Amino acid sequence: MTTMRYWQALNRALDAEMAEDDAVLLLGEDVGLYGGTYRVSEGLLAKYGEWRVRDTPISENSFTGLGVGAAMLGLRPVVEIMTINFALLAMDAIVNMAAKIPFMSGGQFPMPLTVRMPGGVARQLGAQHSQRLEAMFLGVPGLRIVVPATPQDAYWQLRQAIRSDDPILVLEHELLYFTEGEVDENLPAPPLHQAICRRAGTDLTCISYSRMVSVAEAAAEQLAKDGIAMEIIDLRSLNPVDWDRCMHSVEKTHRALILAEDPRFGGVSGELTATLQERCFYWLDAPIGRLAGLDIPTPFNGALEAASIPRVADVVTAAKALLSPDKER
Amino acid sequence: MDRDTIRTMLRDMLRARAFEEAAAQAYAQGEIAGFLHLYPGEEAVAVGVLHAAEPGDYVVSTYREHVHALVRGIPAAAIFAELLGKKTGVSGGMGGSMHLFDRERRFLGGYAIVGETFPIALGAAYAVAYRQLPEAVLCFFGDGAVNQGTFHESLNMAALWRLPILFVCENNRYQIGTEIHRHSAVTEIYKRACGYGIPAEKVDGMDVLAVHEATRRALARVRAGEGPQFLEMETYRFRGHSMADPGSYRPTVEVQAYEANDPIAATLRGVEFHYPSADELGSGHDCIQGFCDHCCQEGHLDEAALARLRQEVADEIAAARDFARQSPAPSMDDAWAALLRNRRYDRLFEEQAP
Ligand SMILES: Cc1ncc(C[n+]2csc(CCOP(=O)(O)OP(=O)(O)O)c2C)c(N)n1
Ligand SMILES: [Mg+2]
Repeated sequence: MTTMRYWQALNRALDAEMAEDDAVLLLGEDVGLYGGTYRVSEGLLAKYGEWRVRDTPISENSFTGLGVGAAMLGLRPVVEIMTINFALLAMDAIVNMAAKIPFMSGGQFPMPLTVRMPGGVARQLGAQHSQRLEAMFLGVPGLRIVVPATPQDAYWQLRQAIRSDDPILVLEHELLYFTEGEVDENLPAPPLHQAICRRAGTDLTCISYSRMVSVAEAAAEQLAKDGIAMEIIDLRSLNPVDWDRCMHSVEKTHRALILAEDPRFGGVSGELTATLQERCFYWLDAPIGRLAGLDIPTPFNGALEAASIPRVADVVTAAKALLSPDKER
Repeated sequence: MDRDTIRTMLRDMLRARAFEEAAAQAYAQGEIAGFLHLYPGEEAVAVGVLHAAEPGDYVVSTYREHVHALVRGIPAAAIFAELLGKKTGVSGGMGGSMHLFDRERRFLGGYAIVGETFPIALGAAYAVAYRQLPEAVLCFFGDGAVNQGTFHESLNMAALWRLPILFVCENNRYQIGTEIHRHSAVTEIYKRACGYGIPAEKVDGMDVLAVHEATRRALARVRAGEGPQFLEMETYRFRGHSMADPGSYRPTVEVQAYEANDPIAATLRGVEFHYPSADELGSGHDCIQGFCDHCCQEGHLDEAALARLRQEVADEIAAARDFARQSPAPSMDDAWAALLRNRRYDRLFEEQAP
C-alpha cells in the first residue's frame, strides 16, 4: 500500500502494463518528452523509447484512428487525448471506427484500444475547455466507459482497460490528478465495471461518479451532523452500469439522489434516473432526485462557473428535500 | 514608410508587451485564473499584420489573442476586464482570456480548440465573397495548427473558391513542448500552402517592418481578387506556452538567441537609424532596455520622447488593470441572457389556452 496522487497511479499503471506486454504503446500530444500535460507519462519515453511513447502532432482524428488501425493488428495502444474537448475531433475514430469494427467485422477484429482523457469543470478554463461530454459516448454501443474517482481505481481500471480486447474510454477529471490516496498494487482488483459503496447509510442513496463522489462525501459529512445517513455509491463505470449494486442500496434506503457534473438535459443523470425508476419504482418512498450541471456553457467568471455545477450545499439541500415529505408526516 | 506609422507601431508593440506583462503579474498575484497564453516575443507579427490591414477586415484568432485584440483597437481595459471575468469585459466575463470577441471591431473571436480558426475564416470569407464586398479575412494560427485536418480542408476550399483570406502562420517553432521538427515532416510551413496553389511566403516575424510590407503586398493581391494568400511568420515566444508552463524543454541558448533579436528593440532601431553592435546582439541581456540606454548615450534617441511614450503606455495599462479590478462581476442572469439572447424574437411554443 502506497500513498500517491491520481496522476502517479496512472503513471504506474502504464509503466506496469508496458513492462509486462511489449504490444502496449502510448500516443498523444506531449506524452513523450514533456511527460504528459498532467505528468501521467512522465519518465516513460526514457524507459521505453519513441516507438512505444509517441509524441504526436495536433491531429486527433488521425492519431486516434492510428490507434484503431494498430489495434486491428494486435497492438494495444493507449491514446491520450489531452482533454475530452479535443475528443470531439476524434469522434470519427472513436465512434465510427473503434466502436464499430469489432461488431461489423462479425467479431473478427478485437479492438484492444484504450483512450484516456480528462474532462470536467476545472478552474476557469472557459467554455470550450470545461466540458463534460460523457453522455455523448453513452449512446454509442460498442464502447465501454470507466470513470475512476480515486488513485486506487485509476491504477487498476487503467490496467484492466489496457488488457481488455474492447475499446474502452478512461475518463479522468482535471481536478483529480493532484488528489492523493492509497494504492495497493498487489490487491486483486475488483471487476472493471463494478460499482462501489463509498459510505454506508440508511436514509438515502446518492449515486455518483468521478469528481462528484468527493462532493457527495463532503455533503454526507454535513448531513450526518443533522442525523441523516446518506449512502454513497460510486459507479466507477458508465457503460456498463452496475445496476444491481445501485438497486441493492435503494432497496435498503428507499430514496435515491443522482449526482452528476454534466448538464442535466440529455445528460448521464437522465439515463440513470430513468433506468433506476423502472427497476426500483416499488421500493421508492419519493421520486428519484436529480442534481446535475446547469444547461449552459460554462461561464468564465469564477463564481458563475462554480454555480454552474452541483456544490456541496446543493447536495445537502437536495438530500434534505428528498427526505422532508417523510419528516413532515 | 512614414515615420508616424513607425511610431504608432512602436507604441503598439510597447503596449502589447506592457499589457502581457501586466497580465502575467495579475496571474501571479492570483487575480487571473485558468489558462493564460502570452505573446511577448511575437509582437512584431500582430502589429505588422494588423497595421497593414483595413479597419473593415475581419480577424480570427487563437487563444493567444490578447495582442491581436489590443492592436485591433479593443480598449486595453475591456480586454483586461475579460481576463478577470468581469461584466465590463469585451465578452461580458463569459469568455475569458482565450475567447475575446468584438463584433463592432470585426474581431470574430479567440478560439481554444487548435485548428478552429481555419473554418471560421473560411466561412467569413465566403460571406464576404458572397456579398461581393471588398474586405479581407485575417486568419491567425500557430505552427502546431497546420497538422490539424481543418488546415488542409480549409486551404483547399479557400483556393478552390478564391476566397479573400490572408492566412498568417505564427511559427514560434513549438506546439507546447513539441519542437517543430518533432511535429512536422515539412517544417517550412509556407511550402504546404503551395500544395493548394496558394501563393505563400516566409517572413522574418521578428521584424515588424518586414511583416508590415509582406502583409501589405499580400492583402493587395487578396483585394485584387487573386484569392487566398499565405504568410509564414518566423517568430518566437519568450515565455512558456501558458503561465502554467515553465517552458523548460527549450535550451537556454535558444531562448537567449531569440531574446537578443527582440522585435521591439528591432523597431526602435528602425526609428532611430541605429543598429546595435554584434556585441550587443550577442550578449543576450534585455535588448530593449540595453538598446534604449545605448541610443540615449549616443544621442540618437530623444530620451524625453521615448520616456514619455513608455510612461503613457504604462499609465494606460495600469488604468486598464484598475478598471478591470473595480468592475462588477456578471450575474447568473447575465449568463442566461448571453445564452438566450438570440431567442428574443422567437416564439418557441404554441400558447396554451388557460
Ligand atoms: C484540438 C486541440 N488539441 C490540443 C489542444 C491543446 N493545445 C493547446 S495549444 C497547443 C499547441 C498549439 O501550438 P501552435 O499551434 O504552434 O500555437 P502556439 O501555442 O505555439 O501559439 C495544444 C496542443 C487544443 N487546444 N486543441
Ligand atoms: Mg507554436
